[in-house]
Amino acid sequence: MKLAEVIERLGLEVLVPGDLERRVRWGFCSDLLSDVLAHAQEGDLWITHQRHLNVVAVAKLKGVAGVVCVRGLHPSQEVLAKARKEGVTVLASAEDAFEVAGKLYGLLSP
Amino acid sequence: MAPATKALYKQVFPVKSDLESAGKVSTEVRRILRSLGVEPEVVRRAGIVCFEGEMNIALYTKGGRIILIVRDDRVELLFSDRGPGIADIDLVKQPGYSTAPDWARELGFGAGMGIPNMEANSDRFVMYSRVGVGTVIRATIFRRCHETCGGNRAPGT
Repeated sequence: MKLAEVIERLGLEVLVPGDLERRVRWGFCSDLLSDVLAHAQEGDLWITHQRHLNVVAVAKLKGVAGVVCVRGLHPSQEVLAKARKEGVTVLASAEDAFEVAGKLYGLLSP
Repeated sequence: MAPATKALYKQVFPVKSDLESAGKVSTEVRRILRSLGVEPEVVRRAGIVCFEGEMNIALYTKGGRIILIVRDDRVELLFSDRGPGIADIDLVKQPGYSTAPDWARELGFGAGMGIPNMEANSDRFVMYSRVGVGTVIRATIFRRCHETCGGNRAPGT
């Protein structure tokens, strides 16, 4: 499913639009950066509570489809500016990680 | 094992002991490798190795540096720092072991997977440390497949 469609179906707020035409492969939930580096796959939508600068670096390194900041947490303008520069899509949801992940699983599971 | 081929590119990056600029070296290394036409899979692995090493220097040491060497047949990343050094290298290579303080864990560091991730994404990984002096790591990623190519398995896979 395309990222734009996932955003619409999940009602996500777009903080930084990267490539919204990308296909979302699957989801990945983690707040541990090394865990994401070791186990997330390219094209995954990364659901996290982390919102500092290194999140952008990790998202870029792994080539995730985008980052979803949950529970109403928003990254700083500095982080968003870095994401814009790197072409990393940053999304936000007022819902918690469980709800976002559950809905995404419902959308993507066969 | 054939001797290393001539270096096509070499650059030294200082790494400070703070998180403010952390991540910059790995971003720059990936940009350089791509511009040199290094294979995307090699760029991806080198990016992860460099990021983890850079974070380790920034979080746990008094500062250090990363040297990138690109050769015809391999990419090498040399990490060195000014201490405090690691007493038990076998222990830090174990997935899950971490000495990260609480503030770093809250930022998502300290999963105890940094060094295992570096090793998993390298074809050769050598680490020396002396307490009170510092730590050096040489991570090698081969650009062409031969008998040692393919890297180690990622932890947990």
